[in-house]
Amino acid sequence: MPKNPNVKKVLVIGSGPIVIGQAAEFDYAGTQACRSLKEEGVEVVLVNSNPATIMTDRDIADKVYIEPLTAKVVEQIIEKERPDSILPTLGGQAGLNLGMELEESGFLASHSVKLLGTTAATIRKAEDRQEFKDTMEKIGEPCAASKVVENVEDGVAFTHTIGYPVVLRPAYTLGGSGGGIAHNQMELEEILENGLRLSRVGQVLVERCIAGWKEIEYEVMRDSAGNCITVCNMENIDPVGVHTGDSIVVAPSQTLSDKEYQMLRTSALNIISELNITGGCNVQFALHPTSFEYCVIEVNPRVSRSSALASKATGYPIAKVAAKIALGYTLDEIKNAITGKTYASFEPALDYCVVKMPRLPFDKFITAKRTLTTQMKATGEVMSICTNFEGALMKAIRSLEQHVDCLRSYDFSALDKDALLRRMEKVDDQRIYVIAEALRKGIDYDTIYDITRIDRWFIDKLAILVEMEHALETQPLTVERLREAKRMEFPDTVIARLTGKDEQEIKKLRYDNQITAAFKMVDTCAAEFEASTPYYYSCFDGINEAVETNPPKKVLVLGSGPIRIGQGIEFDYCSVHATWAFSKAGYETVIVNNNPETVSTDFDIADKLYFEPLTPEDVENIVNIEKPDGAVVQFGGQTAIKLTESLMKMGVPILGTKAEDVDAAEDRELFDRILEQTQIPRAAGGTVYTAREAKEVANRLGYPVLVRPSYVLGGQGMQIAISDAEIEEFMEIINRIAQDHPILVDKYLQGKELEVDAVCDGTDILIPGIMEHIERTGVHSGDSISVYPAHTITSKVKETIAEYTRRLAKALHVKGLINIQFIAVGEEVFVIEVNPRSSRTVPYISKVTGIPIVDLATEVIIGKTIRELGYEPGLQKEADYVAVKMPVFSFEKIRGAEISLGPEMKSTGECLGIAKTFNEALYKAFLGAGIDLPKHKRMIITVKDADKGEAIEIGRRFEKLGYTIYATRSTAKALNDAGVSAKKVNKIQQESPTVMDLILGHKIDLVIDTPTQGRDKSRDGFLIRRVSIETGVNCITALDTAKALATSLESKNDSPLTLVNIADL
Amino acid sequence: MRAFLILEDGTVFEGTKIGADREVISEIVFNTSMAGYLEVLTDPSYAGQAVCMTYPLIGNYGICKDDMESKKAWPDGFIVRELSRNYSNFRADFSIQQFLLENGVPGIAGIDTRALTKILREKGTMNGMITTDAQYCLDEVIPRLKAYTTGKVVEKVTCKEKYELKGSKELSENGVLSGCAKFVPEDYEAGKRERKPSLVRKLNGAGRRVALLDFGMKDNIAHSLRERGCDVTVYPASTPASEIIAAVPDGIMLSNGPGDPKECTGIIAELKRLYDTDIPIFAICLGHQLMALATGADTYKMKYGHRGGNHPVKDLATGRVYISSQNHGYVVDTDKLDPKVATPAFVNVNDGTNEGLDYTGKNIFTVQFHPEACCGPQDSGYLFDRFIDMMDRAKTEVGR
Repeated sequence: MPKNPNVKKVLVIGSGPIVIGQAAEFDYAGTQACRSLKEEGVEVVLVNSNPATIMTDRDIADKVYIEPLTAKVVEQIIEKERPDSILPTLGGQAGLNLGMELEESGFLASHSVKLLGTTAATIRKAEDRQEFKDTMEKIGEPCAASKVVENVEDGVAFTHTIGYPVVLRPAYTLGGSGGGIAHNQMELEEILENGLRLSRVGQVLVERCIAGWKEIEYEVMRDSAGNCITVCNMENIDPVGVHTGDSIVVAPSQTLSDKEYQMLRTSALNIISELNITGGCNVQFALHPTSFEYCVIEVNPRVSRSSALASKATGYPIAKVAAKIALGYTLDEIKNAITGKTYASFEPALDYCVVKMPRLPFDKFITAKRTLTTQMKATGEVMSICTNFEGALMKAIRSLEQHVDCLRSYDFSALDKDALLRRMEKVDDQRIYVIAEALRKGIDYDTIYDITRIDRWFIDKLAILVEMEHALETQPLTVERLREAKRMEFPDTVIARLTGKDEQEIKKLRYDNQITAAFKMVDTCAAEFEASTPYYYSCFDGINEAVETNPPKKVLVLGSGPIRIGQGIEFDYCSVHATWAFSKAGYETVIVNNNPETVSTDFDIADKLYFEPLTPEDVENIVNIEKPDGAVVQFGGQTAIKLTESLMKMGVPILGTKAEDVDAAEDRELFDRILEQTQIPRAAGGTVYTAREAKEVANRLGYPVLVRPSYVLGGQGMQIAISDAEIEEFMEIINRIAQDHPILVDKYLQGKELEVDAVCDGTDILIPGIMEHIERTGVHSGDSISVYPAHTITSKVKETIAEYTRRLAKALHVKGLINIQFIAVGEEVFVIEVNPRSSRTVPYISKVTGIPIVDLATEVIIGKTIRELGYEPGLQKEADYVAVKMPVFSFEKIRGAEISLGPEMKSTGECLGIAKTFNEALYKAFLGAGIDLPKHKRMIITVKDADKGEAIEIGRRFEKLGYTIYATRSTAKALNDAGVSAKKVNKIQQESPTVMDLILGHKIDLVIDTPTQGRDKSRDGFLIRRVSIETGVNCITALDTAKALATSLESKNDSPLTLVNIADL
Repeated sequence: MRAFLILEDGTVFEGTKIGADREVISEIVFNTSMAGYLEVLTDPSYAGQAVCMTYPLIGNYGICKDDMESKKAWPDGFIVRELSRNYSNFRADFSIQQFLLENGVPGIAGIDTRALTKILREKGTMNGMITTDAQYCLDEVIPRLKAYTTGKVVEKVTCKEKYELKGSKELSENGVLSGCAKFVPEDYEAGKRERKPSLVRKLNGAGRRVALLDFGMKDNIAHSLRERGCDVTVYPASTPASEIIAAVPDGIMLSNGPGDPKECTGIIAELKRLYDTDIPIFAICLGHQLMALATGADTYKMKYGHRGGNHPVKDLATGRVYISSQNHGYVVDTDKLDPKVATPAFVNVNDGTNEGLDYTGKNIFTVQFHPEACCGPQDSGYLFDRFIDMMDRAKTEVGR
């Protein structure tokens, strides 16, 4: 069926801010889909509140609205733009829910807007628990015994008929929010109550527990003519019970015979056909490990995280094909872009093994429970490809960048057999390392299987790796053994460690015996057809097929690896734009990255894509083949920066700012010298290695001080210390991970935090704008609300900042991007931190100023000057818009995580509010972050003593807004004394009703709780914050944020928002 | 032990010996299925060929004897990247290593199967030798490789005598055929093991008698008919048409099989006689090619054939595309098709080659791919129902 001619203008809904369960994969899918639609001559209108995405670029869609994703806003956009159709299946659960809301309210029908792709009836059938169950029953597809309940009593009653344990799944939530497994009535009531609250429709599915069954997924495509294919299947190594987003996943399935494979495939096709889905769809199955019994777990009638993974694992562009299907094309009409010969109605055949591992945030949330459940916790993931499973797993482990490179990276050798068996029962991110230790201690496969339910085939593969470790350690390193170890992708560093040799020796032995990496192509068809797309992975047991190219200029772009807190999608944005800019300047571009969720790993972004770990050895293998003229590291975050030294040793010139200058910015002493030269003040401080040294420096400076390791991301490990005792505690935590670099101790200054991103060509600088943080210093810049243009500082401060930026950029010989954070205390400006590379704020500032700074930086790196590029150097004229960047957190997903803001970054994503006035921009930003305070107009204030004064002011404003204020004893007293009426509530340990009862009573909109200085030791405060988050109550931990919220609420009125088309800026 | 794969173009791959300790010369082909190695190994269509699996990890789930498509392994050799040292599946009886040894299949592991596949793709299917003799001499080996032909393999793979298989009497819950054994004459311990769930939801073939000509039949062809209720009589390939006609079957099924269809001159002549009757005929793979040859069409050898479980075929009557299981090196030449005799019914979406024919004015349809799946997708299983409908229709017509 050819394209539907009635589709001329399509509104695409994005997925909003990055949160756990909804990450970069939707930027990838959305970008691919928008490009695909434009390719077909369709006008694309895009709405997505996330400014860090590529999909919100002006050249991806025709009209771009970075506006809050609420029904009201989308309605307004529809009224303004008058699209004929809307495509909601590419924006994750957020996009889908929004599309459904508009459909159900009748808005779409009354505005003659068609839902493209899958229909509303289909989405309901797939998403509504009861309708889904009924549909499955009708076509004879088994589901686990289950019941949809709307209250706790029904849930308990039903569970008593099917028995514990039961799985609880709230309807219409993403990443399984609020779900879990209950083993007894207490757990059941707790999880159920929470789940009912989080579900958009107040429904939770109570289900027979099939934990321990194999979890298998199929990615399916179907067109309007009814043609179906499966793109690939995937087997979760962790059995049912761990969310697939947190599981180690392998593609294709490894332990299924063709009978099981086809049984589930046929079932997946039956389901997608019965649901009448057109587009992409993900079907999850639980397969009984010792029979053919299976259950359908769930169906996602949209592109998903798994579909991004499947796309990268097979080379089949699911989102692109889904977009074409939405326009009316059938699968046999859509060309396979990888081969150019076959069609989309073709099932990829893999001739390699793919492993995905989750990137879990427990390094950020040290207090959080590491347990993995049906609630997803990973912020990102890595994927690796190899000709064997062992190799793929080893590559995936080292791609994580969590100080792990083999199965010994977490040491459990101190545990005896009994302790290991007990430890193995804990389902967490360290389980494979525990199993490896169990194998070392001689625990048999059956025992391990009985506890973990991980298939014996995978256990055997871990055993093969353990045996190799042992052989390397205890036996002479023969060439044969080395060859075998490399086949399993043991990095040289690990081999060196195990054999007691030096890494260079291992490398020499390899090269002398021609044990080098070869590159193979991902071609969708197992070499059956010739493919033209250079998408490569490495192996050590094959003939190289990476085509040698000798273009005049070739550049290696290093990506940013897995999405983690502190290094998010922004860096992928920068890498992709740099790649495009190099390409435009005539370079052949080569991207290296290992993140399957991103745009950068789409096969048609760079001229060549290497899907590989970002370690020196892996990159050197690529360099040996590609021999690039230079590498660019300044766009890929710390991941890429860390490779600088190694690249130079390989003889690859670093394009742009030199490595020694990057060092100078990070090295305390070198940097101090530069500041001295340039006469720029900074907070006094010193570098230390030990707690004793740290205390000396702290006492010299006077408390409070900031303590942090150098060379880290997102303020990881950064703390404000107020006493010697805290210094000792923090130093102990920091030094738990061996530090190659010194630790910094600085005087803590309280003032306005300001930030700039600038491009420097060696002579001139270009500053698109100055951003001002709402929260005072002490809150990590990534967690602060950021406002452009800076609105409360004098022009003198602005001039000083521009001048300091110019001096620093010149002194550091920056060629390309530089990011600087300042503190303004009155008119005085201090430098906090300088990063001569791209930053988190680059996409945001580019979009709101309309200055494409990554492109400019790339041109500058290539040799152009800012003037040649048509820009007048210096601080650019301020836009007549105000843009507010609001951090978004995923605290409700991470049980036990401390949510209070501090110097360590905790947000997972961000959204933007852009408007003519500050107040409206702020309101939009809060709205986009999901902070829309409606209902009860009741709030709780509980602040530390030092904050009482400011709290009174805030209380007064909320009182005026009509809020009833509850407060704990001393806060209540302070408020009442100042004439703000506050109802006193008891602390947690006191008699009921306490502050906790109040929150659990679901009658509270907002909690303002400021933790005591430093690390909050009060169990009370921590509990209040956790309970608020877990019950879906907004909780603010910084007074500045609370003030901003009050401002936003004060200016809220019922008049429609002004819409801003970013493409017009 | 070291082993070598020597191709007729002089390429040599060095790997490790697997399976039987025997040197073999054969035609080297590749299969892209990611699961189903046992079905491949027991598919008689591979007689005279050595199969390279493009999926690198083979043997992961061991050998589940229930999944055998015939009683033994047929390929001359087996070529893999890695044979799993351990297997895991609840039905697994033993390892693939043991299976290869017991069936006398020699093979080679540890070679770059992707590189081999690319050679076959670019230069076309060619002959090769698997040997453990490190002292091989290319000048001596290559002429021997060039001289190899698969020859008349159908004779080797067909059954020696006709036998009967009863159709299922009731719908099976889990695929166990009630009241009849899967393999004849060996008795199958029905009910003792869990069997794959059946896709079949009605016994629409109950009482129908099908004559199945075995050119190298995969077991699931008979099984697909029997689970729909058809009684099946399996005949050796050389059975004269007259004998089949005399048995008055409701329909005739022509099976898959190995080798060059044009070598089967005797069979082709008999098929023409079957064509001339009014008995409904359904044919798969080699059967499809032989019927085409019997009615005046031509076949040719493809560069490297279609072997795998991911080939899209389009039903030209409905425009629907199905993913199919395939295993063929020859194909019907549609350029030389007489529309008065037959018209294309299915076409391969990738390369446009013929995938099925409808015979004009006849109750005959034939397909190049494998609706019986095993291994591979079950999407086109509905064709067996179409065959049963055809038999029903023919019955009614006669009744009138």
